[in-house]
Amino acid sequence: MPEPLLEVRALDAFYGDFQALFGVSLDAAPGEVVAVIGANGAGKSTLLKCIAGAIRSRRDAVWFEGAPIGDQPAHAVVARGIALVPEGRRLFPSLSVEENLIIGGQLGRGGPWSLARIYDLFPVLAERRHLPSTSLSGGQQQMVAIGRALMSNPKLLLCDEISLGLAPIVIREVYARLPAIVAEGCSLIIVEQDIVQALKAAARVYCLQEGRVALTGAAASLTREAISAAYFGA
Amino acid sequence: MEWVNIIIQGVLIGGLYAMFAAGLALIFGVMRLVNIAHGDLIVLAAYVALMTTDTIGLNPLLAIIIVAPIMAAIGYALQRALLNRTLGDDLLPPLLVTFGLSVIIQNALLEVFTADSRRLKAGAIEVASFPLFEGVWIGVLPLLQFAVAIAVIGGLQLLFYRTALGRAFRATSDDQAVAQLMGLDNRHVFALAMALSLAVIAVAGVFLAVRTNFDPAIGPARLIFGFEAVIIGGLGSMWGTLAGGIILGVSQAIGAQINPGWQLLAGHLAFLLILALRPEGLFPKVQT
Repeated sequence: MPEPLLEVRALDAFYGDFQALFGVSLDAAPGEVVAVIGANGAGKSTLLKCIAGAIRSRRDAVWFEGAPIGDQPAHAVVARGIALVPEGRRLFPSLSVEENLIIGGQLGRGGPWSLARIYDLFPVLAERRHLPSTSLSGGQQQMVAIGRALMSNPKLLLCDEISLGLAPIVIREVYARLPAIVAEGCSLIIVEQDIVQALKAAARVYCLQEGRVALTGAAASLTREAISAAYFGA
Repeated sequence: MEWVNIIIQGVLIGGLYAMFAAGLALIFGVMRLVNIAHGDLIVLAAYVALMTTDTIGLNPLLAIIIVAPIMAAIGYALQRALLNRTLGDDLLPPLLVTFGLSVIIQNALLEVFTADSRRLKAGAIEVASFPLFEGVWIGVLPLLQFAVAIAVIGGLQLLFYRTALGRAFRATSDDQAVAQLMGLDNRHVFALAMALSLAVIAVAGVFLAVRTNFDPAIGPARLIFGFEAVIIGGLGSMWGTLAGGIILGVSQAIGAQINPGWQLLAGHLAFLLILALRPEGLFPKVQT
């Protein structure tokens, strides 16, 4: 097994007095696609926010390329090569489509992704590059959000509920682009409520339940019964 | 003809008010901070200009080249060391802290420079004027001040919509948390915004100090003018701020013409009228 790119070790996370994560451990190898599934409120988004530095945690709770980064702020984490596609897309409404993408790449990290490559990946965005980001459809906005994260040329891309609020056909369209991202050597962690979609895309799955890892294993090896038990609690 | 003259003078002074307002609007837009010390920082800039002209004998209008970077540095340091710590979901802490800062600046200036009223001397340009047409004379200094105001506001507008820094300002203003995910350190972005605001203040402070006498106590009134111009103009664009400044300037000029005691009152009345009829200002931010 190769050296993991990302390792989360016994991560606890809190919102004030409320504890959202209890000793969660997870790892992802270079080029791997990992899915994190679980019910609403299971702590999936919190886990991604901790990895991205949007929520600070214990220094040695998150390791990336062999360095502890748990206590680093988000702007330092993205500079190391972890990008987050936030839940609900959260594009900058004052910025055009292209400006949203440019600001994603403003750190100037080198790598395969550029404006031109993002427009190759999502051709529909090229035609709408100068429109306000809010004028796009939900699926197109999701493409901008993914493109914006890719512009920082991450080694690890965190996708938080990229299917949220999208029509099934649009979800398939967005998911169809993920292999092209992995092909550039990027690892993915996909957080989803849509289990079918997640199991199809990922090699390994973690199932969170009330802030704890309830089940983990290769996507192909997990039975529906095991997932359903881990999802809802037995 | 007399009225044409009055309105022109009002428009020209409006440029100065617009510069007061531009710095306020910039800070509020980027970080939702209402800077109560804004007026006192304008006066501080005037005193920095006074020291600069006294020590190296530079014309105050040229001294802007020195005063602006000094004020920008003060702004950056102030934001990093103090104001960043007050920012959060609550609007009150920054309000209280900048109010305290206003008191501190006034008293420090009083201690160092005494309450004597001072003035920056710009030389012959102060009284130079030329006839626009029969009966209407334009002062060179007010015209220069207005031209500089347009340049400052146009420059800010370009910076906001055409540069990487402006993009960072807009993104941080839209969504701080996500801006940080893009690698923007909001503490640094805020400090740059405050630096820019105080550079604008420096320009405004010098023109104010050349136009009129100043002393450590005149800051709060400048803050009010700035606020009124911002609110009249709305927060949609910097040009709205210029319009706000001009409306305020013209109202004051008309009021002063009717009765010298009504100058400020007329300005406040115009402000209240617009607040009552169009609370979002003349050029509001378009909500999309």
